[in-house]
Amino acid sequence: MNSDMIKTDNCNCRGLENRISGTNDMQNTEDNHSLDDIFSKYRKSPESLIPILQEIQLENSFLSEFSLKETSARLEIPLIQVYAVATFYNAFSLKPKGKYNIQVCMGTACHVRGAEEIVEELENILNIKRGNTTDDCKFSIETVNCVGACALGPVIVINGNYHGHLTREMIEPILKEYV
Amino acid sequence: MKIKNVEEFKNLNKLYSKQNNCKQKMVAVCSGTGCRAGKAINVFEAFKSELMNYKEDIILKETGCHGFCEKGPLVVIRPDNIFYQQVNPEIVPEIVEKTILKGEIIDSLLFKNPENAEKIIEENEIPFYKGQERFIFGSNGYIDPKSIDDYIKIGGYSSLVKALSEMTQEKIVDEIIESGLRGRGGGGYPTGIKWKSCQKAEGNRKFIICNADEGDPGAYMDRSILEGNPHSVLEGMIIGAYAIGSCEGYIYVRAEYPLAVENISIAIESARKYGLLGKNILGTGFSFDIRITKGGGAFVCGESTALMLSLEGKIGEPRFKHTHTAESGLYNLPTNLNNVETWANIPLIINKGSKWYRKIGTKGSKGTKLFSLVGKVMNTGLVEVPMGVTLRKIIFDIGGGIPDGKKFKAVQTGGPSGGCIPEEKLDMQVDFDELTKIGSMMGSGGMIVMDENTCMVNIAKYFLSFLVEESCGKCTPCREGIYQLYKIVNQITEGKGKADDINKLEELSEMIKDCSLCALGKTAPNPVMSTIRYFRNEYEKHILDKKCPAGVCKSLIEFKIDVKKCTKCGLCYKRCPSNSVIWEKKQIAEIISDKCTKCGICYNVCKFEAVIRD
Repeated sequence: MNSDMIKTDNCNCRGLENRISGTNDMQNTEDNHSLDDIFSKYRKSPESLIPILQEIQLENSFLSEFSLKETSARLEIPLIQVYAVATFYNAFSLKPKGKYNIQVCMGTACHVRGAEEIVEELENILNIKRGNTTDDCKFSIETVNCVGACALGPVIVINGNYHGHLTREMIEPILKEYV
Repeated sequence: MKIKNVEEFKNLNKLYSKQNNCKQKMVAVCSGTGCRAGKAINVFEAFKSELMNYKEDIILKETGCHGFCEKGPLVVIRPDNIFYQQVNPEIVPEIVEKTILKGEIIDSLLFKNPENAEKIIEENEIPFYKGQERFIFGSNGYIDPKSIDDYIKIGGYSSLVKALSEMTQEKIVDEIIESGLRGRGGGGYPTGIKWKSCQKAEGNRKFIICNADEGDPGAYMDRSILEGNPHSVLEGMIIGAYAIGSCEGYIYVRAEYPLAVENISIAIESARKYGLLGKNILGTGFSFDIRITKGGGAFVCGESTALMLSLEGKIGEPRFKHTHTAESGLYNLPTNLNNVETWANIPLIINKGSKWYRKIGTKGSKGTKLFSLVGKVMNTGLVEVPMGVTLRKIIFDIGGGIPDGKKFKAVQTGGPSGGCIPEEKLDMQVDFDELTKIGSMMGSGGMIVMDENTCMVNIAKYFLSFLVEESCGKCTPCREGIYQLYKIVNQITEGKGKADDINKLEELSEMIKDCSLCALGKTAPNPVMSTIRYFRNEYEKHILDKKCPAGVCKSLIEFKIDVKKCTKCGLCYKRCPSNSVIWEKKQIAEIISDKCTKCGICYNVCKFEAVIRD
């Protein structure tokens, strides 16, 4: 096996640095303060890893390279293990999210009531594909398994606000509320 | 206020029952997630400020989910149980003035029976509630989930007191075995037997876990129990811990359920304050405490071994169960894991006795079961019925049938591990064994109704794409097998299906079922197998005729204008996002099929049925 082959995208152990979004030094100092607060709440043990990453995700809307490395160092867990957890669970994102994160419920109840149409309409209006963020960092589209509000289906959640019983025509006016 | 011993608890109970006034006026505002999304909090605030203007003694309660989510926000005025639906904050002053103070009914807020247009005043008379037996879920509409006193007032924690003061650990486990309770999370394993093995397992340190990682899309019963009646789950867990001999417990709850996390945290805090949780519970010497862990949003973590690894801070990959988790679970120590609804059943069984409990349900499945009745059904919501009720009763009597005059096609139970049940099976009794017999499963209780506009091949594809994403990737049959199933079904929906595809799907499904490591893989082919079993002709139409009878699969449909019906209005032209319609004033419209993205907007907007979907 030559060295080029090792650096394929499928391999979790190499090329890690390239795939985690970088942050500059200014951000790192700010991050460090908020990380101090978060770490002070938890015991230094492996079982704190997921709750800590959850809090960082909540605070920054994503997990930066810096925060993953810090978590690894502070909990004394290998970076690869932190990375494995950060990429295994759907709750974590290695890419920054928009100011308004639009969660589109793709649960079965929403699916049979036309959730696919709703995502398509969002993709058309915002001109991005699901899983991505607009260039001005205002909106991102995230598809989620089920938000448990099946009676409202199809439903989207924008920063905690539920919009239910959606039709294609309702999407544009809703987005305008957030501009 | 710490309750120091059993005697003190009984005195408190006596005090509460003396205070109990059945004529007390009460406004219960449903504040479950569904109603909240409909601005129930504003309704509650409006009541709060409005009631301040009156001196009369009226209790206002922000309750958990009442179940009838379709008609939210819901307000019930007790003791007469007047049921108002789709209440908005603006009408609140009128409700207070007319209904609460003068007893007058506001007609426009009542539920209208779609069958005979009759308006129904009382909550229990509404067909949706009438057909149910709500032992687990019924208290939601009466208590404030944030108040432990409310729970104690309806008899809460008396089962715990009974268990601690009158029953031995063996007696409790025997009682649960005797009751016939089976795990509500999906597998249906007898709860008492599970407890017994954990009780017998060697070791001083044992764990109790509540699985609240409700990952089945289309199911939200556990969420509503945790949000609406969190103490019932805690009480069940404390009794379980005592019986098994555990002093540490975890609740693993989905992070997507913030209100559930909030309410259960408050419940734990107040139970500690009352001495019902923590060290030396009610002075009996028994100690037990509970911690909450938020899930990371992986479907596979609903599987017990994966969940336990996730609690340890690792990725949730299931392991072989040569040794049961009852003997070697969390941190390789004896662990008893049950689902939210299972735990909520425990106080009921201890309180009323296994003999009483056994009377409800069928031979193999006892008690009631909560279902989330969703999809293409009139009365979407949470339904609690005794095991053994027919699907027809649930969907048509309680659920009110299919909206918009459409025809029923199938009902999907058991989430991604379950199957689709056709019309001819509607009269079967719903219980663990019957559902498995016909190729579906109980699962956690999601029930998704589908009408004639649902394509069953598309549904199979939907579940497969879900499972491809959610397979943890540890074992090959599941990781690769489901992906291959997905590829074949996807090709069928794109019109590239081959004649022997159905055989291939069946063969591959058998392999995945036999060889996968955990329940996710073993049950993953169910959606494909059940749709082939009951809707084979739909697959054949897709493969042989290259047609999608339900008009869902885009590659297999075409939109055309019916020249006889077209009124030349040009609405389809104006609304088409891809400029695929040619139209000029006073001219019949035409769709250019090459450019058409098949979004279906023209079909939906045309009021004259002049757009045909072929």
